[in-house]
Amino acid sequence: MMLKGTLPTIFDRSHPGREGAALPELDVPETDAEELEGLLREGPIGLPEVTEGQCTRHYVTLSCRNYHIEQGIYPLGSCTMKYNPKFHETIARLPGFCGLHPELPDREVQGTLEILRRLSEMLGEITGFEAVSLHPAAGAQGELTGLMVIKSLLEDLGEKDRDEVLMPDSAHGTNPASAVLAGMKVVNLSSDSRGLVDLEDLREKAGPKTAALMLTNPNTLGLFESDILEITRIVHEAGGRVYMDGANMNALMGIARPGDMGFDVCHLNLHKTFSTPHGGGGPGSGPVACTSELAPYLPHPRVVRDDDGGYRLIDRGGQAFGRLLAFAGNVGVCLKAFAYVLSMGPEGIRSVSENAVINANYLKALLSQKYEIPYDRGPCMHEFVASGGRQKDAGAATLDIAKRLLDYGCHAPTVYFPLIVREALMIEPTETESVESLDAFAEAMLSIACEVESKPHLVTDAPVSTPVLRLDEVRAVKDLCVVEPWDRPERE
Amino acid sequence: MTRYIPNQDDQRRRMLERMGAGSFEDLLAPLPQEVRLDRELDLPGPVSELSLHRQMAGLARTNTGSEKVCFAGGGAYDHFIPAAVDHILSRSEFYTAYTPYQAEASQGTLQSIFEYQTMVARLCGMEIANASMYDGASAAAEAALMAIRVKRKDRVLVAGTLNPRWLRVIRTYLDRAGFFVGEVPFDDGGRLDEDALEAQMEDGFSALVVQYPDYFGQVFDLQPLAEKVHSRGGLLVVAADPVALAMLKSPGECGADIVVGEGQSLGIPLCYGGPYCGFMASRKKLARKMPGRLIGKTVDRAGETGYVMTLQTREQHIRREKATSNICTNQALSALTNCVYMALLGETGLREVARQCYQRTHYTVRRILEEVEGAAVVFDNPFFREAAVLLPASGEAVRDAMLDRGYLAGIPVPGLGEGALLLSATEKRTREEIDGLAENLAPVCREVAT
Repeated sequence: MMLKGTLPTIFDRSHPGREGAALPELDVPETDAEELEGLLREGPIGLPEVTEGQCTRHYVTLSCRNYHIEQGIYPLGSCTMKYNPKFHETIARLPGFCGLHPELPDREVQGTLEILRRLSEMLGEITGFEAVSLHPAAGAQGELTGLMVIKSLLEDLGEKDRDEVLMPDSAHGTNPASAVLAGMKVVNLSSDSRGLVDLEDLREKAGPKTAALMLTNPNTLGLFESDILEITRIVHEAGGRVYMDGANMNALMGIARPGDMGFDVCHLNLHKTFSTPHGGGGPGSGPVACTSELAPYLPHPRVVRDDDGGYRLIDRGGQAFGRLLAFAGNVGVCLKAFAYVLSMGPEGIRSVSENAVINANYLKALLSQKYEIPYDRGPCMHEFVASGGRQKDAGAATLDIAKRLLDYGCHAPTVYFPLIVREALMIEPTETESVESLDAFAEAMLSIACEVESKPHLVTDAPVSTPVLRLDEVRAVKDLCVVEPWDRPERE
Repeated sequence: MTRYIPNQDDQRRRMLERMGAGSFEDLLAPLPQEVRLDRELDLPGPVSELSLHRQMAGLARTNTGSEKVCFAGGGAYDHFIPAAVDHILSRSEFYTAYTPYQAEASQGTLQSIFEYQTMVARLCGMEIANASMYDGASAAAEAALMAIRVKRKDRVLVAGTLNPRWLRVIRTYLDRAGFFVGEVPFDDGGRLDEDALEAQMEDGFSALVVQYPDYFGQVFDLQPLAEKVHSRGGLLVVAADPVALAMLKSPGECGADIVVGEGQSLGIPLCYGGPYCGFMASRKKLARKMPGRLIGKTVDRAGETGYVMTLQTREQHIRREKATSNICTNQALSALTNCVYMALLGETGLREVARQCYQRTHYTVRRILEEVEGAAVVFDNPFFREAAVLLPASGEAVRDAMLDRGYLAGIPVPGLGEGALLLSATEKRTREEIDGLAENLAPVCREVAT
């Protein structure tokens, strides 16, 4: 049961003296800690004091205030919210995997190294690339990795002046942010009337300053870049490399491979395409795949297989650009993705993308009855972007529609992105939704469109069935409060 | 078809009809023929759940390291994790949710991360904390970049006593963004070289990054360092061990401006290095320069308390190339792990963990010095839960030989001498295990040395 309104915090439930965990008795002779005189904390830390039962009840109560994929459809565009197989969670918790200290020498961690190596090879096959790094912790770190790899190659080629990264105006926000973090400059490309890369604009802007083009394919409108071979050719002729943001790889598996389209490097999101849970915002994993030209620059560490069949971690030397995390990466996430590929097999992996594409096109057809679908000149891939423009003119904005969907028991799509669509509703159903589920979602969307026409206040007042009503985001900024205030007791 | 895809052939046919497509191939019209894959992917599988279990359990068994008695630290520690932690995390409501973009339907994630931020800030003695970074090392690199945004000097100084892995991460981030890293060496006594620090500060810098306790476990008062750094116009970034903070004076109290660290110690399994969880806390006045997500408290239309992602105009999805970082997905579930762990352990529990780590590590060092002839501590300063000992044999060879006896004895640190081994004991290491380590080290050192 879900509780409505204000809930106490864990600090409100605290009472001095309560304990939630039992530690072993100290069974070694004690050292006098007087060497730490003057360095010790005085007064309390301010952590709560609750029993295990109270703690569990508090967080289970909180959990009931979350929407989640096991509750219903979660059609966030570009987020690929698919079902997360249960057994893969069990696997990642096997003591043989989760009990490994990261400083153990290779001979003690052969099972994990073998999985990392084999997963790299599988992802290489799926993307059509020679080499894969599993190091990046998330998509954005994968982007940074891909750009650093390109930058390192260009430096070696003596082309340091190439510091511009071209990207369409429909790109994910992480793309420009990653380019800047890699010490490069952003050059925006416009989209043409088809919603695709404007080739004229690309020809004009690709040149001696171009380090790379960053492109999401299918793009954030859910459209496949039909001119992809021409696009990659133009950039290569200008001397640049082409980076694919693989956030939308769920559209392409077993159907087409970035490596065969002329891309030089791409990242994948294991927490999207490869079914690992999103955890309320992470941890994810953002492997990077690339051509043999770029492979030497991939970060440390890498796993190689020796002739004797043993696996080895390479953590030093060579041309690697460096490292972005203390240890190998989000290994626990990689284990689940490896299990997923094995569970699906080659036919199953292709079937994922086929069903994702069919589901998106089906939903697009249903929604087009009431919603404008800009750039709708043919089939979309695994997602599409509708516009709430018509509804906005009638008095309810896309934000209102999103909130009203919550009352219908559905999660909302991604809203106001991509920026090139007015009142955008970006919808990605994924292959794990049944036709019944898609019908129900479409019915909710169409019903909301009718409400906008007849009873708009139902939409603008939404949500009413959630644990809290619409929240005041402006006030959250104005009266910034990101930690619970605490009247720290006076020191003794 | 597979167990994770519900629609069957007849249903797909009906769906294709509804959208006016003859077959699935029609939907691929936008893909030029040349880019279509004309063969099946070369992948193994599909395998049943039972077969997958057998394969994975077999691979897990070849991870012999998971059974060794662990005395290694270096940024990852073998702590006790109460069972309730995993039970709470295993709630689908938490682990299968996305980033809380629709706040009204994500109050569970949002409130728990708000509580996490509060606990982190209190532990660090700071006013604010964010919703997590990837790991401690990348959090340190992001803190260095944040300091550059605040102070606008393109150089950051890093104490040589910082975890070398973290130093490499900071270097990677800063080098590529076009900034500079100056390493401040430490002297023979294990202390930061004051003259070198003075000289490096002369050249202009945005911040000094220092670890607390340092990589070798040493504890020094941060306050004089903070005063020195501030007097030269820089920020003090402290990379802290969260367990140590339950016992030691908080960095905030000592004058730190930004505090980062690795949250693995707080309830996260070792799992060969990840997923872990970086934390970041700072002074409130730096909030707008902070990277990553921040959860803030607000009210709904009826005046009830609720939580939202806030100050989003710092972030990449709004600010794009002007964002404070490119981070999007962070380590939310790991942050929740930290939160639940800290709630369960609580005020007294976390202090007790810290006390036991301190006591057991000190006992370990003492026992080694008693048992192993010629062994010595590398530095003679106060240490917390990690110490570098110098053995009369190669550290790497000793570690390998000790593995055969069932112990991960520590991490070799050849930079401190060939026989240097960095070791740590948590509350999980019993007196028997510690005695066993020391008693086995003695013959192993003799064997290896000959």
